[in-house]
Amino acid sequence: MEENAFYVALSLLVNLDASLYQIVVLSLQVSLLAVVIAAILGFPLGAAVALWQFPGRGGVIVALNALMGLPPVVAGLGVYLLLSRAGPLGELGLLFTPSAMVVAQVILVLPILAALSRQKVEELLGEYREQFVSLGMSRARMMPTLLWDARFALLTVLLAGFGRASAEVGAVMMVGGNIDGVTRVMTTAIVLETSKGALPLALGLGIVLLTLVMVINATAYILSETAKRRMG
Amino acid sequence: MKKNLNLVLAAVTTMGLTFSAHAEDYITLASTTSTENSGLFDSILPKFEDATGIEVRVVAVGTGQAFEIARRGDADSLLVHDTTGEKRFVENGYATERADVMYNDFVLIGPADDPASISEAKTAAEALSAIAESEAPFASRGDDSGTNRAELRLWESAGVEPGGSWYRELGSGMGPTLNTAAAMDAYVMSDRATWVAFENRQNLKLLFEGDKVLFNQYGSLLLSEEKHPHLKHDMAAKWHNWLLSEDGQQAIADFKVDGQQLFFPNAQ
Repeated sequence: MEENAFYVALSLLVNLDASLYQIVVLSLQVSLLAVVIAAILGFPLGAAVALWQFPGRGGVIVALNALMGLPPVVAGLGVYLLLSRAGPLGELGLLFTPSAMVVAQVILVLPILAALSRQKVEELLGEYREQFVSLGMSRARMMPTLLWDARFALLTVLLAGFGRASAEVGAVMMVGGNIDGVTRVMTTAIVLETSKGALPLALGLGIVLLTLVMVINATAYILSETAKRRMG
Repeated sequence: MKKNLNLVLAAVTTMGLTFSAHAEDYITLASTTSTENSGLFDSILPKFEDATGIEVRVVAVGTGQAFEIARRGDADSLLVHDTTGEKRFVENGYATERADVMYNDFVLIGPADDPASISEAKTAAEALSAIAESEAPFASRGDDSGTNRAELRLWESAGVEPGGSWYRELGSGMGPTLNTAAAMDAYVMSDRATWVAFENRQNLKLLFEGDKVLFNQYGSLLLSEEKHPHLKHDMAAKWHNWLLSEDGQQAIADFKVDGQQLFFPNAQ
């Protein structure tokens, strides 16, 4: 059956039909958008926790670390209750739309980006501290410098976040509803085909998803290596 | 660096915009996995869309969850298969009307060598009693779906309280339950549509069918305008009426898998 699945995956990729294309594009849109939003919020958050001392800082660090393990289905359930018509944000009518899926994935990815960037920035701060002090820099000025100089490490963090987003199924299933042509993504399509007993097709879709993630990681790797070399 | 940020923001806005570029004329239908997995919707929804221009977006879940989605006002329409539950839904004021749409039947599936000899049973109750007596593994949905509710009613009518290591509550949909049953050579009750369209049968075989108590009625509900004024009631009513119309009933009858009709229209 495994051989069969590779054959299925190959023919899926070769004859990329309209509905698979749509599913792939939606998967990428949702997960990339979620990662970008989570990065805009999470990196400054992580850096801030690294830079400032405040009461309850230890608690925040523990919470961010723990939330890296938030089960997707729990995040999905939370967002579902929030966006449901009977919930506090029901008026927006976002349930069962791609936007709801983005919201759920942001919640999953944000702790990973914040927690890991906090650690990277803190390490870098140890190296730079004396220099910063001699220059008399304020903490707010240190933040962009540290984030920029940690950019290659943060790229890996970003990829970890993307991996989490593109691989999860519990949250998008619950808040997206796996609606054909509207909120069906790679992972929910795999669940659907598995439940139809179409295991080779399900595994084939899985291989397509893995290939896609591989391409994105390779692109990121090549870009960062080129940039590093250019800097010498 | 500022340039980069602008670029990112531009990308984010474009991606956000592509989401909202969808049609306005659609309703969300909460329905069951059996109707979705068998391919019924793929066959009849385009016909409805051609006739009315309304797109139907299906959220396929277990009947219990479908009721919950409708109760919270998250779907415009409801098509499920638990007549008792549907009537209660109307009584409780969440729906204003319920109508029979179509039926199929449940079938008992099991390993080909049939250790409990249920293929020789005369009634479904007898078949279930035989499974309980032989303590052959039985895979139950265990998810409060329409099929699960019907299965529990059958055990009750057989006078058996299922339990013990042979009775395995899986807590999953029909397809995953069939996958698991195939892997552990267990008996399982399935709706015929999901079974016929199911591809990973391995050693499983249809062993018992035809008892009247295995009748599986699907109903469509018009949701309450009073409870949820924001829903698209006009379009939902068009869908409801189309299902009951001659065209809709014909579309259901025309849906076949491997030449076999899976749903039988019976609107009055």
